Amino acid sequence: MKSIHDINEKIREGNVSVITADEMKDIVEELGPEKAAKEVDVVTTGTFGAMCSSGVFLNFGHSDPQIKMEKVWLNDVEAYTGIAAVDAYIGVTQLSDTRGMEYGGAHVIEDLVRGREVTLKSTAYGTDCYPRTEIVTEISLEDLNQAVMLNPRNAYQRYNAATNSSEQTLKTYMGTLLPEFGNITFAGTGEISPLNNDPEFRTIGIGTRILLCGATGYVIGEGTQHSPPYGTLMVKGNLKEMNPEFMRAAVMPGYGVTLFVGIGIPIPILDDKMAKFAAVRDEEIETKIIDFGVPRRDKPVVKKVTYAELRSGKVEINGDEVRVSPLSSYYVSGKIAAELRDRILNESFFLTLPVERIPAKETFKPMKQTTIRVVKNVMSPAIPITPDTDVDEASRLIIKKGVNHLPVIDEEKVLIGIVTSWDIAKAVATGKIGKVKDIMTRKVITVLSDDPVVVAARKMEKYDISALPVTDTKKHLIGLITTEDLSKLLSGG
Amino acid sequence: MMLELKFDSRIVKEPIISKATLEANTLINIMRANVGARHGEMVIEVEKSRVDTVIEVFQSYGVEVSKFDRKIIKSDECVHCGACVSICPVEVFSIGKEEKVEADSIKCIHCGVCVNVCPVQALTLP
Repeated sequence: MKSIHDINEKIREGNVSVITADEMKDIVEELGPEKAAKEVDVVTTGTFGAMCSSGVFLNFGHSDPQIKMEKVWLNDVEAYTGIAAVDAYIGVTQLSDTRGMEYGGAHVIEDLVRGREVTLKSTAYGTDCYPRTEIVTEISLEDLNQAVMLNPRNAYQRYNAATNSSEQTLKTYMGTLLPEFGNITFAGTGEISPLNNDPEFRTIGIGTRILLCGATGYVIGEGTQHSPPYGTLMVKGNLKEMNPEFMRAAVMPGYGVTLFVGIGIPIPILDDKMAKFAAVRDEEIETKIIDFGVPRRDKPVVKKVTYAELRSGKVEINGDEVRVSPLSSYYVSGKIAAELRDRILNESFFLTLPVERIPAKETFKPMKQTTIRVVKNVMSPAIPITPDTDVDEASRLIIKKGVNHLPVIDEEKVLIGIVTSWDIAKAVATGKIGKVKDIMTRKVITVLSDDPVVVAARKMEKYDISALPVTDTKKHLIGLITTEDLSKLLSGG
Repeated sequence: MMLELKFDSRIVKEPIISKATLEANTLINIMRANVGARHGEMVIEVEKSRVDTVIEVFQSYGVEVSKFDRKIIKSDECVHCGACVSICPVEVFSIGKEEKVEADSIKCIHCGVCVNVCPVQALTLP
């Protein structure tokens, strides 16, 4: 049994034993936890991944005459300034007003850390004490009074892996997901990730000193959505001391901007229990692969897996070997753990005792919503036809029923195509007045009857179409939802 | 080894891949193809020992043939996250030594999918 004080004494005396998390696994296996706890004082952990819930508090100092910022932009990326006159918070996912998804808050933060100047633009309504109503200037990190990175949710202990059962490629915060279970992506660094090495939060708590993007930082509490074993941390650190090697602005294509955040946390091996925790292997760390093809909050679990299976590069789904991408960098995570080890050995990093524990149990509640409108309550009846219907018969139906879309079904009422008034006009214009099956679109974008209306709206917008056949999970036609149904919803009809 | 074929509207109508397969007596794997009304482009893979023969056959039909060596380039911007690993259709990328992302560019078929998924724009096609 050691104390944090004992370990810090050893750091000062230069005889502390520090190893990285990946090295600890074998040592405990070889020596057993009791002996390993005597041999090893500190295990350093690391993670480096996209962490959207991150940002920086900035204080710009006062202009002359003074301004109470009402709106503020850095390189055209808006920061939140609904606090004191020249304080602002820039979030990493905020997109540039002028450059959209290619540049955002994370890029501003990285530019500042790299010593580049950024353009500060602010507007205000003007008061007696802050008469100025606008300002434009160039600032760099050294011009700021404070630049404090404060991230509400970082260092996820583990994370749901992602795949996609749908027929479309999906661009998500979990990267690009290929159709029909084309790939799997996962985040987190498993056995070398900080929280997996202290799953009961015995040593990581409020006040724990950490390495945040290369700077000395602190854990300031549980992160938002903290829900062990999907635990998270809220952390802070001084942006002025950060190293661009351990952070990186990133763009998840089609999703938006985020920041790769690097975090290293020392695990003091106070007793054999901590040695046992720090011996955790990827084989013991479980997560779920969930299906992003279902655009709902509660996505179906495709499979339960361990981090070891994910890291093997291939996971079997429905008899096929599916390739796996990590999204967190094990390489940079390892460098962070090594950097932290070296700082402890160089007597430039001392351990702290948490001033308060973080709860090891907590639940993550869904949003309270008044109602979720689903497609089946909004859709219209569909007018189905068979593939052998004549095109001129279909054209008469369109006029008679006053519709633009005729879903095509087989004998089992399974949707196999769709014909629109445009298809028919085209068929007439080109003289192809045969059967419906010759002119129908076979790859139909559909929606499920239990899907929320917003899912239907998003699909219509994405594919630039004005109606979607509504089906059950077995592709049986149930109805049709059109842009008109959606506008009726908005007008309260 | 990979070859890049370019041909015009006259050849678009000809079954040149089948012809080359038969005449050069070798297997041809189509890696990428973009054939339209006016011209066509293909990237094919052939056994190294048969390359010269295959080139000769294609050229005899008026197909422009070049060795395909415009491969993906990974810059130092790479943070080794691995987003590209599961995306590449021909498995150019893998997690290798020291957990770094390695690119076996020789396999690249120039499809460009990886370029669009890299979160730090570390990949470019020449």
